[in-house]
Amino acid sequence: MMIKLAINGLTFSYNSVPILDDICMEVAPAKLLSVVGPNGTGKSTLLKCVDRVLKPQQGNILLDRKDIMKMDRMEIAKQVGYVQQNVKRSFPTTVFDTVIMGRRPHQGWQTRDEDHEIVWEILELLDIDQFALKYFNELSGGQQQRVLIARALAQEASVLLLDEPTSNLDIKRQLEVMDIIQDLVRTKRITAMVAIHDLNLASRYSDRMIMMKNGRIIVAGDPRDVLTAENIEAIYGVEVDIRTQSDAPYVVPLKPIKTKKVWHHENDFIARSKKKVSSIGRISDNLSERFGQVKVLK
Amino acid sequence: MTKVARRHSSRTGKKSNVQREFDKFVGRKILFMFALLVLAAILVGVSVTFGPLEITVLEVYRAIIQRILSTDLGMDELTELVIWNIRLPRIMWGLAAGFGLGVAGCIMQAVLRNPLASPFTLGISAGANFGVSLAIILDFAIFGGMYAVIGNAFIFAFLTSMIIIGISAIKGGTVEILILAGIALNYVFRAASDLFKYFATYEQKEATQAFGQGDLGTFGWSELSLVALIILVCMILVAPKLRDLNIMTAGDETAKSLGIDAGNLRMFVMMVASFLVASVVAFVGPIGFVGLVGPHMSRMIIGSDHRFQLPASGLLGAIILVSSDILGMNIIPPIIIPVGIMTSILGVPFFFYLIMTRRREYW
Repeated sequence: MMIKLAINGLTFSYNSVPILDDICMEVAPAKLLSVVGPNGTGKSTLLKCVDRVLKPQQGNILLDRKDIMKMDRMEIAKQVGYVQQNVKRSFPTTVFDTVIMGRRPHQGWQTRDEDHEIVWEILELLDIDQFALKYFNELSGGQQQRVLIARALAQEASVLLLDEPTSNLDIKRQLEVMDIIQDLVRTKRITAMVAIHDLNLASRYSDRMIMMKNGRIIVAGDPRDVLTAENIEAIYGVEVDIRTQSDAPYVVPLKPIKTKKVWHHENDFIARSKKKVSSIGRISDNLSERFGQVKVLK
Repeated sequence: MTKVARRHSSRTGKKSNVQREFDKFVGRKILFMFALLVLAAILVGVSVTFGPLEITVLEVYRAIIQRILSTDLGMDELTELVIWNIRLPRIMWGLAAGFGLGVAGCIMQAVLRNPLASPFTLGISAGANFGVSLAIILDFAIFGGMYAVIGNAFIFAFLTSMIIIGISAIKGGTVEILILAGIALNYVFRAASDLFKYFATYEQKEATQAFGQGDLGTFGWSELSLVALIILVCMILVAPKLRDLNIMTAGDETAKSLGIDAGNLRMFVMMVASFLVASVVAFVGPIGFVGLVGPHMSRMIIGSDHRFQLPASGLLGAIILVSSDILGMNIIPPIIIPVGIMTSILGVPFFFYLIMTRRREYW
């Protein structure tokens, strides 16, 4: 079994507040892995740790069996591209100048003609070459997202990490952006790890899915097995109806479940509904046996 | 159709319309830099002609060439002396100081991602002022003798930025902390300098005020060559980092994910910029505005690719400073209006003009 990215016992805390707790997972090459879970679960933090923008306190991250913790930044940048949640920028740069930043890991201190060619090709691929001289902040949200993906592609990385690539986009742009990502996974054999809120988009596009809560992976595997009414109710606290649409589960939210207290810790959650946890545990155990590619060791 | 043609073109090496436009875009930037250089050269020639002794522009260039090639082009000895010993040093100081401040401001704005960052707003100039007040009023100087004032100005200017950088190193080096620390130090040093004035004699007050307004005419060629050397070394140190400065404007996390150690880079270039500012300010006084506005002007005109913007900021700073000084010397002779005052009076209208005529939301 080929494994592109493996995470073992990853733990990260910020000012001694735990954010990620003992994350373990594996992904095969050329897969689209979505990371879902309620707000503040640590999805973004997990992506940042994988790119070592944040430094985890414990655990290791293996990229093609090499420990990321032992690589220097430039080495990681050649293999992992990170598409940040779109943030407002201080000084505007043109689209071309933004994308060519992605060539930095491959350059000496000079930009070569080859870098220009690569950037033009990527701009054409994502159909944004006509905006090359426009300023980034003059573009629409969907175009900006493409530019950020283009920059990550310019790194020629084999793993792409995308943080909420569809937030603030209308439904057409959401589909377009997800299509681009899926295309890259299929044609360029890139492994994409996408933190995403929209369960139905995730369901439709992902090969594998992990569902997190309170810094832990609760359930992982094929979207069809992850997105069950039981799981979503337990993790999101929402009663849902699961339908099937084009062979993928489609989540129809019904109503939030009233809770007596906020679940601060996994233990509360276990104490509250033993049955659900055990069923989740069973599902994930089954999954790791069946698929082997994404497994949860908790 | 066009799309297919474009795809095809990138393989055959022919250029699409956008690519041709892009080449023009880059060409314009290079042309602009060249124009600035020519403008600076003309400015030098024209500036020297202002003054009581009649000198023509041609004589100025002849005198410069004659000295450089050490040949005899038949210059009048007095004219040559006035050019070389009186007028040219002041103008060259203007060029050097303006260039240094413009470059330093550009660096600071880039790594702090803040349009308000400049040697002035970060308290570095206030630190220099404080050092000078210490030397003149309290007679406390790090170095003795003739270097008391310069030495204090340099050390306190550099010390200020070291405190700022130090604080941010302890607290994690975020942009906000650097800027807040700078603004706080700015106030402290100003308050202290103002406090000293209560104990100062009239002459001491005059002397500190004179430093505070900036003067390009205090020093000659030997000190200038030292500052020019410092500027050169700082430029050499920063040159390999210019593309990384571009990336820094996209945020620390993006910079890190592109392989750049954002914290370290910020420390390094801030140190270089601070050293540059401290050296310039120690000799010519805290001339504000150039360091803030030079970078903005260049960004408005040629965009924020620092490979072009950084030298352009320096050149614009140099041109602004020299023209302000010439105007200050000749607008109501024989009174010389301090260059610090003139840069603001001359530069602000131009700055407003640029702001008003830009269509973009932010340059």
